[in-house]
Amino acid sequence: MTDTSHILLPEGSIEKQTTTLNLGPTHPATHGVFQNILELDGERILKATSTVGYIHRAFEKLAEHRPLYQITPITDRLNYCSSPINNMGWHLTCEKLLGVTTPKRVDYLRVIIMELSRISDHLICNSIVGVDSGAFSGFLYVMQFRELIYEIYEEVCGSRLTTNIGRIGGFERNFTNAAFEKLEKFLDKKSGYAPTLKEFENLFTRNRIFMERTIGCGPITGERALNYGFTGPNLRAAGIDYDVRVHTPYSSYQDFDFTIPVGTTGDCYDRFLVRNQEMWQSLSIIEQAYRKVQDMKGAESEIYHADVPAYYLPEKKDVYTKMEALIYHFKIVMGETEIPVGEVYNSVEGANGELGFYLISDGGRTPYRLHFRRPCFIYYQAYPELIQGGMLSDAVITMSSLNLIAGELDA
Amino acid sequence: MDNTFVKEKLTAKFGDALTNWEEPYGMLTFTALAELNLKVMQFLYDDEELRFQFLTDLQAVHYPLQKGEELAVVYHLHNLNANVRIRFKVFVPIEKPDVYSATALYQSANFMERETYDFFGVNFVGHPNLIRILNVDEMDYFPMRKEFPLEDQTRIDKDDEMFGR
Repeated sequence: MTDTSHILLPEGSIEKQTTTLNLGPTHPATHGVFQNILELDGERILKATSTVGYIHRAFEKLAEHRPLYQITPITDRLNYCSSPINNMGWHLTCEKLLGVTTPKRVDYLRVIIMELSRISDHLICNSIVGVDSGAFSGFLYVMQFRELIYEIYEEVCGSRLTTNIGRIGGFERNFTNAAFEKLEKFLDKKSGYAPTLKEFENLFTRNRIFMERTIGCGPITGERALNYGFTGPNLRAAGIDYDVRVHTPYSSYQDFDFTIPVGTTGDCYDRFLVRNQEMWQSLSIIEQAYRKVQDMKGAESEIYHADVPAYYLPEKKDVYTKMEALIYHFKIVMGETEIPVGEVYNSVEGANGELGFYLISDGGRTPYRLHFRRPCFIYYQAYPELIQGGMLSDAVITMSSLNLIAGELDA
Repeated sequence: MDNTFVKEKLTAKFGDALTNWEEPYGMLTFTALAELNLKVMQFLYDDEELRFQFLTDLQAVHYPLQKGEELAVVYHLHNLNANVRIRFKVFVPIEKPDVYSATALYQSANFMERETYDFFGVNFVGHPNLIRILNVDEMDYFPMRKEFPLEDQTRIDKDDEMFGR
């Protein structure tokens, strides 16, 4: 007879009829650092408890110690699948505070970059839903175009993932011809993204197995979704047509013709369809914006930043040769620019919802307080409710179809 | 519906309890008495015309120099139909930072209030599960308060081979 007295079990654990399972924090199916403590009856989920915060990096505290332009690299690391949208959102917030208006060409170029990153974010999310439901090939089909999008970023700003793209007032440099060539390659009707997306849809949209797996999985009604603070594609899949690009147009979105796709049931399948449709809309917006940029003639076709010398870093060759440029360069780099006192809330339509920046400035060199409204931090609360009563394998695809990004969730 | 209309409705209902009316960058902003925060939100939610039924954001700000009202809790509400946003604040003393929880009205307030508690120590009365969310459970201070500076970037007493300080 072995002595088992040294094994300590919680009281009542032998008689317990259910199993406790830790899904995460580091589990390959969660695509990020998420922990969910599941109470299982067989394979059915009775109760889920989420724990977040594993990659918290104190961005709000950091932001209180940095001048405005040094906060852009922090925003990269929120939703790292679509960093340019975060960067642009931050620039737009600063521009609102400082009262800077941007030229049309800057707006259109920003729209091109933002919509490219929306596509790159959605294609990852949707193809990962495919991977989690057992269809790996779609993921490999679309991946080449994320690579192409990253190459476009690279041509514009020099980096791929954490882009730090653009500056307050515009872009750090004009788009090169290579950037436009790559964009044309992306938009090509025969060999570009459109036929691949069509192929991707052919693989999934009416695929019996995929439909069986996703229809009715993790549904939410419009009313609940609003109460849970859903925004973005997840809210639209539940049938509510709220889109910041249309409600509060920024960066000249009012100049473009596009529709907001909506779903009805808010389940994984609807979220998948809404994202696919949004990619088509984004493609159309990029085409329109690119045409508008190409139609610009003369001096206008060379503009890539607003004329705000007090906030926009001057060109290096001017810094070496011109007194004023040197002074502005020094003032901006040392954080000695005049920042107005005020509080501003500005939001953009991020790839997974309304990304808001609440900035309080007391006139000092750094923000007095900066708060990021991270969409997935807010809608992740609904996750236990979405998966309750479902199967364990449904919990996995529900999580990937919500497009949760750990970096954004934990800030 | 515009800011003037919202302001008139609110003033008719609450009178002098709402102060500091402002419109920074076009968003109607006001301050409410701390014990009225839930009543104001309930009114904004239920009123037939106002219908501010979407809680966009909730966070706190620390003003160490305002004695007796050091912590401000800031709510951003949104009427999605009319597309009007408003912001309101309540101020509470840091020794007794009690604010009524909005979780009964908005499910989305749950994590946001936990985050605000985690970083500022605002005690949301009536919250179902007011525990730390992003920081470690063992932490015994509220790090976003202004008395906690960032680590000095120039300190040299740390020897960290992995990160090469």
